[in-house]
Amino acid sequence: MNAFRYERPSDALGAIALHAPRAQYIAGGTNLLDLMKDDVETPELIIDISRLPYSAIESSEAGVRVGALARMSDVADDIAVASRFPIVAEALLAGASPQLRNMATIGGNILQRTRCAYFRDPSQVCNKREAGSGCAALGGVNRMHAVIGASDDCIATNPSDLAVALTAVDAIVHVQGRAGEERAIPITDFYLLPGTTPRRENVLEPGDLIIAVEIPASAVAHNSTYLKIRDRASYEFALVSVGAGLERTGGVVRAARIVLGGVAPKPWRVSEAEARIVGTSGDAGAIDAAADAAIDGMRGYGENDFKIELVRRAVVRALQTVAA
Amino acid sequence: MSTLVGAPIDRVDGLRKITGTANYTGDLPANQLAHGVLVLSTIASGRITRIDEAAARAVPGVLEIITHANAPRVKTEGQGGVERTLRVLQDDRILYDREPVAVVIADSLEAATEGAAAVRVEYEAEPPVTTIDAGVKLPVDEDDEPELVRGDAEAAFAASAVKVDAIYTTPMEHHNPLEPHATLAEWDGALLTVHESTQGVFSARKRFAEIFDLPLTDVRIVAKFIGGGFGSKGSVWPHAVLAAMAARLLARPVKIVLQRSQMFGSVGYRPETRQRVALGANSDGALTSTIHEVTSQTSMFDDFTESATAISKMLYASPTAHTKQTLARTNQATPTFMRAPGESSGSFALESAMDELAYATKLDPIELRLRNYAETDPNDGSAYSSKSLRACYEMGADSFGWSKRTPETRSMRAGRMLVGYGMATATYPTYRSGAAAQIRINPDGSAILQSGGADIGTGAYTVFTQVAAEFLGIALDRVNIDLGDTLFPLAPIAGGSMLTASVASAIKVAALDARGKVIALAVADQSSPLHGASPTEISAEDGRLFVASDRARGETYAAILDRHDGITVEGNAQTQMGPSEEQYAMHAFGAQFAEVHVDPDLGEVRVKRFTGAFACGRILNAKTARSQFLGGITWGIGMALTEQTRLDERTGRIMTANLGDYLIPVHADVPHVETILVPEDDPLVNEAGVKGIGEIGIVGVAAAIANAVYHATGKRIRDLPITPDKLL
Repeated sequence: MNAFRYERPSDALGAIALHAPRAQYIAGGTNLLDLMKDDVETPELIIDISRLPYSAIESSEAGVRVGALARMSDVADDIAVASRFPIVAEALLAGASPQLRNMATIGGNILQRTRCAYFRDPSQVCNKREAGSGCAALGGVNRMHAVIGASDDCIATNPSDLAVALTAVDAIVHVQGRAGEERAIPITDFYLLPGTTPRRENVLEPGDLIIAVEIPASAVAHNSTYLKIRDRASYEFALVSVGAGLERTGGVVRAARIVLGGVAPKPWRVSEAEARIVGTSGDAGAIDAAADAAIDGMRGYGENDFKIELVRRAVVRALQTVAA
Repeated sequence: MSTLVGAPIDRVDGLRKITGTANYTGDLPANQLAHGVLVLSTIASGRITRIDEAAARAVPGVLEIITHANAPRVKTEGQGGVERTLRVLQDDRILYDREPVAVVIADSLEAATEGAAAVRVEYEAEPPVTTIDAGVKLPVDEDDEPELVRGDAEAAFAASAVKVDAIYTTPMEHHNPLEPHATLAEWDGALLTVHESTQGVFSARKRFAEIFDLPLTDVRIVAKFIGGGFGSKGSVWPHAVLAAMAARLLARPVKIVLQRSQMFGSVGYRPETRQRVALGANSDGALTSTIHEVTSQTSMFDDFTESATAISKMLYASPTAHTKQTLARTNQATPTFMRAPGESSGSFALESAMDELAYATKLDPIELRLRNYAETDPNDGSAYSSKSLRACYEMGADSFGWSKRTPETRSMRAGRMLVGYGMATATYPTYRSGAAAQIRINPDGSAILQSGGADIGTGAYTVFTQVAAEFLGIALDRVNIDLGDTLFPLAPIAGGSMLTASVASAIKVAALDARGKVIALAVADQSSPLHGASPTEISAEDGRLFVASDRARGETYAAILDRHDGITVEGNAQTQMGPSEEQYAMHAFGAQFAEVHVDPDLGEVRVKRFTGAFACGRILNAKTARSQFLGGITWGIGMALTEQTRLDERTGRIMTANLGDYLIPVHADVPHVETILVPEDDPLVNEAGVKGIGEIGIVGVAAAIANAVYHATGKRIRDLPITPDKLL
């Protein structure tokens, strides 16, 4: 860890104005401090945004608007969120530990960095950390790594449980930019695949500040679940997770969302799998067909080959839950 | 026998710990204190070609950087046991991942931390040996009893009606005590004082004296509070030597506290093991042959043997046995003792194999073990000083509800989940050591108890206070106890479940000695109500001595001493070990029972219930004893399901050097754990009748869980940990 300057601006524009190439916003700090201790992040300036007025959770008929600085624990405990968006509450409670959830914010959660051990060790090569240096996870310790959406440059996964749930409910990320303008970015457009530029993980521009996440009401969101499979019962990232929601009327599935976590560089929506169950009764055959479609195109990198079969089974289980 | 000994008394140091007034080594202040931070190698094998210190030296506050180029030369060879050979900046070679290559000393921890990150080291890397299969094999030193031959086990196995023969593996595991290792070293001329988070101040003193070529009397080691050791604080490790080296160079006190990630490096670990267990039996389940062959990893420069075969030599009445240990050199640091070293890893293999044999013979796993119950030591026929394993099986099984188990695999369910019951035997040898203790009775009737033994968090302060209060006959809060200092009477290391047994015995003798001296004063004193009484008739309670048959006839310690010019009376003890091991076999025993639920589709295993029943001689404090067993069982759950240190096999780099990637059990992984203290009276082991409880809690837990997983799923997992992918 290096010495750094610390500023606490009084408003968003002040924060954005302070932002510079080696500056970092800090809110809960649960991710950034780890990275600083490991010398993965070496900011010269820390801009503390934690006391800016963006922590409200506002519920309306149209949905819920969650301030970017709302704590994971507060959002998970919010009655409107828990009753209308069970997938969001379940994903939040499946993440981290109670202590971390009391600190970590929603905006920070969806920006958290990968758990790839090579990314977190500056003595090893990593294209995400240092462009062009190589990907040590290829052929290395990659049990937790991606089975789809990866590239030869990077096979790291996005670690956020919440992002999987938000993708399943078509959330919108509200961002304030350098020029003071506010932009609304659908979360399905928010994350980028690594390709040859794994350092760039999302569409945010330098200085952009997330101020809120909007979760629109929907029948799919109302009947939704988050399933997470992991090596220990709590405080552990997903081997595989599934966010699933179904809208069913008259015994027929009208709409479906199936999004995978722990298997890709971003929350991985499997539209083909959704298509297999829409229009059916949600019977076992349709669920199997959807699960088979969900693993289409997946490839393992050795240690993580098992994830593909695990995804198939997890999709079955998640769909059984929402089809019941 | 008593009211204090055995009672579930709260920790006497508990309030200090929870209010933050118990100073651990890392908390200690010192005048002119400087802080050291280690720089560790980023290769596992090779040579340092260049060290660029410029950027580090430019960090404000950095005082000095020690590397192999300027480090004073010291004696690094260890003598075995807890004395490890140390790699402490003596040459440019790198023999393991995360080997210290520099230490940055600064005015502040922050400056030292930033300076350490700024040191640039260049290497010439060589291909590392990263697996025990690839490692050069070497025989184990005779002192570590590498091989046992009892009859012709191979011939007996070949002729057996029923055979089980399988390979089991356990991974590298790291201790991760809550308190990271910490050292504060200070020189006063040629005198070295080291505040050290160590399990044994006397063994540490000897080691520091050897390394720096000092007489023992010039070294003082102090360890007041230790936040867990589990074996990793049994040895003096490189950071401690480097702290003393730096303090001497700078002529000011230097403190080094390891970062959590640095706990994966030079402070020991449980080595990877590869174990073959072959059991031969008659069709009635009676063992005819036990074969256990173990290869465990060690470093390139020192030998540590994980004695996984020890349990197979003694646990069952197998007429023949052949056990053999082999070492394999890898480019990792030297392993060390880790909670129940040998027994925990060995019991996974042996007790899994016994479960396989139970299925092969269609016997209940407990019945199979009873049919092979060793009534005497299987090797030499000697009697046990005490053995209550049968009671452990009975009480454990009864409380757990073992009889509800249906033996077929996949035969029990709870909703969607597969349910499995599994059990295993636990055992740990009773190690003993001589110890000394000193008790002074003050003129006011209070007492001061001193022992060099260190309380590593297990409750030694508490149980020693109980023993002293009991045998002096004074209240608990009248005993002032001080531990963990080489200025105090000699005590063994807090390891091998040995400290409490040894020191409690010495404290009992010292207390009776001091009490006897006061009684002698009283009975000879015409002014005393006790005058003329027979000393053997006199009892003591709550600070008062009295005639047992006439309680009114007596007076307080304070009254007696007051009449004798307010003197202080001193009791001393120097105990020896009890009856020799040739006469009796001495072991603690237990039985472990697990219920697991396994998701049949997703492979997740959750331990739903656990029962451990243990017979360990006299229990000095039922509360701290339960905590010990609970800790051992919790760790066993981690060993079974989550813990493993992962290496990149191309480079030998450790890839899990933090508590986010090295998975120890969290609360959600630990169910209700029931611990049963099986009563056992053993007057032979030592004066206190104590067998020690620190290690046995973990023994057999991984096997009990693996056996439960087999019962639930029909899948025999022989490679720990049992992660979901292995059950798909």
